[in-house]
Amino acid sequence: MASVTFDHVSKQYGNVTAVNDLDLQIGDREFLVFVGPSGCGKSTSLRMLAGLEEISAGTIYIGEQAINGVEPKDRDIAMVFQSYALYPHMTVYENMAFALKLRRMDTAQIDRRVRRAAEILSMTELLQRKPKQLSGGQRQRVAVGRAIVREPKVFLFDEPLSNLDAKLRVQTRAEITKLHRDLGTTFIYVTHDQTEAMTMGTRIAVMKDGVLQQVDTPQNLYEKPVNIFVAGFMGSPSMNFFAAKVTAAEGRLHVEGNGFQLSIPDRFKEPLTGYVGQTVTLGIRPENIHDAALAPHHLQGSTLSARVDLTELMGNEVFLYLLLNDTPFVARVDPRTRARSGNTLAVTIDLTQLHFFNQETTRAIR
Amino acid sequence: MAAEAQVPTIMKQGRVTPWLYVLPALFVMSIFIVYPALNTFYLSLRNIDNTDWASAACVAGEPCWGVLENYRYALTSPIMQTAFINNLTWILLMVSGTVLLGLLVAVLADRVRYESLAKAIIFLPMAISFVGAGIIWKFMYDYGSGQVQIGFLNALVKLLGGQPVSWLTTPQINNIALIVVGVWMWTGFCMTILSASIKSVPTEILEAARVDGATEWQAFQGITIPIIWPTMTVVITTMVINVLKIFDIVYVMTGGNYGTEVIANRMYSEMYKSFQTGRAAAIAVVLILVIVPAMFYNIRRFREQEATR
Repeated sequence: MASVTFDHVSKQYGNVTAVNDLDLQIGDREFLVFVGPSGCGKSTSLRMLAGLEEISAGTIYIGEQAINGVEPKDRDIAMVFQSYALYPHMTVYENMAFALKLRRMDTAQIDRRVRRAAEILSMTELLQRKPKQLSGGQRQRVAVGRAIVREPKVFLFDEPLSNLDAKLRVQTRAEITKLHRDLGTTFIYVTHDQTEAMTMGTRIAVMKDGVLQQVDTPQNLYEKPVNIFVAGFMGSPSMNFFAAKVTAAEGRLHVEGNGFQLSIPDRFKEPLTGYVGQTVTLGIRPENIHDAALAPHHLQGSTLSARVDLTELMGNEVFLYLLLNDTPFVARVDPRTRARSGNTLAVTIDLTQLHFFNQETTRAIR
Repeated sequence: MAAEAQVPTIMKQGRVTPWLYVLPALFVMSIFIVYPALNTFYLSLRNIDNTDWASAACVAGEPCWGVLENYRYALTSPIMQTAFINNLTWILLMVSGTVLLGLLVAVLADRVRYESLAKAIIFLPMAISFVGAGIIWKFMYDYGSGQVQIGFLNALVKLLGGQPVSWLTTPQINNIALIVVGVWMWTGFCMTILSASIKSVPTEILEAARVDGATEWQAFQGITIPIIWPTMTVVITTMVINVLKIFDIVYVMTGGNYGTEVIANRMYSEMYKSFQTGRAAAIAVVLILVIVPAMFYNIRRFREQEATR
């Protein structure tokens, strides 16, 4: 058990900066998820922590100890790889025992640890099999088991669910969360999947182009994204963005865009006052756009009319792909909606749930 | 079966048709492999000029194996026993030499920027004929009775203040000297195959081993070697077969003299120097019998490896 600190850490490959000045404290027993599109530096950060990549600048600490230059074997970390990286010539048992044998642990204790890990992951009957004889999900378990037996200070996961089918992924997601609760160890998890990040992490670090964008709890990240990138990356379908001009009339602020005009609730009045006459980016999440006929009565909303381009029935909800004067946007509405492709639909926008961003800096206006 | 009934008549083959397809190959194989093999076996039972059975050469009062008299020579004569021992030495030293050096170069080359250049240089001797290599190395090993040593090795020895050595005529040393030439030629072959095999080991597996606490050496012998082991056995058996057939280097450099005789060179000498057709044929049969198990093993391993792909 230990905290992990990235102290202004950078990674250069020649002229390319993979990770740029990453500064991040991860608390003991925390489940931190690095998330971002491919090439954002999340895996590189994890690999630097694991000791598989050299650190170009800055210092990484595990607990109080700086680990730059410390061999992976001396860092007391365990890692689960995307491809599982099981040793193909060893049985499941030997795979899990390998690290312990290298530490010259006595056989009885190795046996105890391996069997306990196998029990936790309910794969006792697989111990004598070779990786080739296992399904993808079973291999994934072995990879986790290999990490558990180590009883390390920190668990690292590098996209461990990417190679599983959708159903198994959801199931394993829950199992890893449960494992974190049971083991009470620091988990650091890398994924490109924002759903995994939202459901598993106690905190999420969003990265883009090697730069850390925002670190926060899933809920804060979702409700208060610091910039357009984070707003668009977290949540599926993504947040809708519109260019809108801020105007002032009769002591109230309004935004006007291509085919809409909304009056802004008072809580945005102060931060937006400085933007009167300028164009900002307005962000609205799909679930804050309702079918006007089915919108909740208490909603402080504004209704406008849009053309329905496409509908996607998800069962418990419907995704509407709408056009507002040729500007496409997505709404996530009640499945009872009567919207059909080609029709015009009145939609209500929840005015309390608007997001505003500076167009130049892309930063949130609050 | 139902599926069979659906095959159109025109696509059905009688008992004869398949044979027609393999006939050309069978024909060529029969003439160039099956017939010579059978004839060699026949000749091995005949006398010096194929005029009578081998038993005719027996001399009263001396040991005789009857019609297998040529095999008595092939298996028990002093020169053939030397050849067997030398072949064994060749196998032990050349196979281990080529495989270990090849492995070493493959591993080291994997970590340098000029990998392809390094590997090309090591592989280069493969492009030289055995005869050419033999002549090159004869210069290396040259021993002059005069003051000036033109042989590289002896020049080196003199430079360091030692006495020149007659590398190719001093028993024991000469066998090692010949084997060195073989290793020089064949290391590239082992390196190429082992290098491809090492590259096929997924990086993530080796990284997992490092995170698991393995040192470079522990990861190499605990992970890499077991994963490439099937390839290594194929390389080893291929080299064993090659070495059993070794001929050219010995023929060119020592002619099998000074205790450097090997089976294949003896076979050649019996056939084309002593004109002992029967004895040469018997040696050939013995050589085949020695090689067959290695080949059999090699093919089986290769199939197993293919099956696991």
